[in-house]
Amino acid sequence: MLLIPCPFCGEREESEFHQGGEAHIVRPKDPDELSDAEWADYLFLRKNTKGLFLERWVHLHGCRRWFNMARNTATNEIIAVYKMGAQPPKAAINKPPKTAVDKPPKAVGKGAKK
Amino acid sequence: MQKYSIFSLIKNALAYHEGWEKVWRSPEPKSEYDVVIIGGGGHGLATAFYLAKEHGITNVAVIEKGWLGGGNTGRNTTIIRSNYLWDESAAMYEKSLQLYEGLSQELNFNIMLSQRGVLNLAHNLSDLREIERRVSANRLNGIDSEILNTQEIKEFVPIINDSPNSRYPVLGGSLQRRAGTARHDAVAWGFARGADTRGVDIIQQCEVTGIRQSRGKVTGVETTKGLIKAKKVGVVVAGHSSMLADMAGFRLPVNSYPLQALVSEPVKPVLDTVVMSNTVHVYVSQSDKGEMVLGAGIDGAHGYTQRGSLHVIEGQLGALCELFPIFSRLRMMRQWGGIVDTCPDASPIVGKTPIGGLFINCGWGTGGFKGTPGSGWAFAHTLATGEPHELNAPFNLDRFTTGALIDEHGAAAVAH
Repeated sequence: MLLIPCPFCGEREESEFHQGGEAHIVRPKDPDELSDAEWADYLFLRKNTKGLFLERWVHLHGCRRWFNMARNTATNEIIAVYKMGAQPPKAAINKPPKTAVDKPPKAVGKGAKK
Repeated sequence: MQKYSIFSLIKNALAYHEGWEKVWRSPEPKSEYDVVIIGGGGHGLATAFYLAKEHGITNVAVIEKGWLGGGNTGRNTTIIRSNYLWDESAAMYEKSLQLYEGLSQELNFNIMLSQRGVLNLAHNLSDLREIERRVSANRLNGIDSEILNTQEIKEFVPIINDSPNSRYPVLGGSLQRRAGTARHDAVAWGFARGADTRGVDIIQQCEVTGIRQSRGKVTGVETTKGLIKAKKVGVVVAGHSSMLADMAGFRLPVNSYPLQALVSEPVKPVLDTVVMSNTVHVYVSQSDKGEMVLGAGIDGAHGYTQRGSLHVIEGQLGALCELFPIFSRLRMMRQWGGIVDTCPDASPIVGKTPIGGLFINCGWGTGGFKGTPGSGWAFAHTLATGEPHELNAPFNLDRFTTGALIDEHGAAAVAH
């Protein structure tokens, strides 16, 4: 069970919260102009990082407010908690990964994209 | 290959069991293969087996980061069934069940398939309606499925709590009698042995670190044992699919979560079927060793920890004691987690990727074990011909762009 530091209530048990998936997905400004591929990207395609993951949480059985969290999905270490609309704190994002498995995947070969 | 039979057993027993051959080789990788399969779990090994058997392609390597069947193949609750709602899923899972029915003979390896039936319970009116709809759909697809009322369930599972005063009373259920369980490790080992005999190289303790490409086509994989060239590569890595997609440079709609399971201390035979409940959310069967094997839903947040949170299994044990008061003093012995790759529509992705020669088989989420032979069979066809079989054609990656989703959420007899 995670011990989650709600930015409004302090540390509470994970069972009081609900995770809302990947954070910082921007709603399209002009939905009518989107292609099917852009819709698929917005609706379905997700980062599924092993390591640093930015996600949304809601304190469902508490203050019922949403916030963002930076967590290491390989170790469950909670790196930072920050408010909706804010950018993740730079110090948390630039922190070197603790374990070898957190290394970002390497793109190789001529055709590989980053 | 040394054939397993009563005679080989007697012969080896007389020789103090010192004459058994190794079940598969442990070769060093060659520099090039026709097909490289990344992931030595059930699905990857089944793919290699059917590539060799059905398509005669034997210059194949299966590359595994850890050990064979050490991921979700060895971590699931071994349930096999095909009572899915939609035609596409029903066809895929029924093909798989039919392959399972002949698999012990085909592999000459006892996978201990036990068609003890799977019972899905209904606890409220909407459950009953859903079951009615699904059983009708199953029958139209030629899949055996029937509805039981509370009394029939009590006769079928005498230890169940059928009190009308329960918080969630048992009002009925659907039963697939051909469904059941199998020994999960044996499925992986049987496919490995069958593939190895036909010439497939199984390379364990070898991690893929990069996917080589040239002009939009795959040319090989970089591994901890060096570069292995191949014009066709199949990615069958379940929970870590997104990492491989990142290496190759395309995106997936997959989210990875821990899914937990646990077993109790062994007790005498008391439950001779599989009972699943969607509403109170637990599923349970008794293994041949006598342990109760339990599972339920995924954890609440993404993760790769292969552990999971305690409150998730606390919930399912509450459900278990409600359904089976007889289990209330049963002690739990072991608990573990596997990383499941869930898709937005709770259906797998088996087919092409945007990169030429690179194919993917993932997104089986919480229900991959039952699909193992069918998945391997269809994916082998896809790798051999370059095009999906009609069985896996609907399960393409493009469906998230076209909108032709196969929504099995809550429609597949258990919540995902």
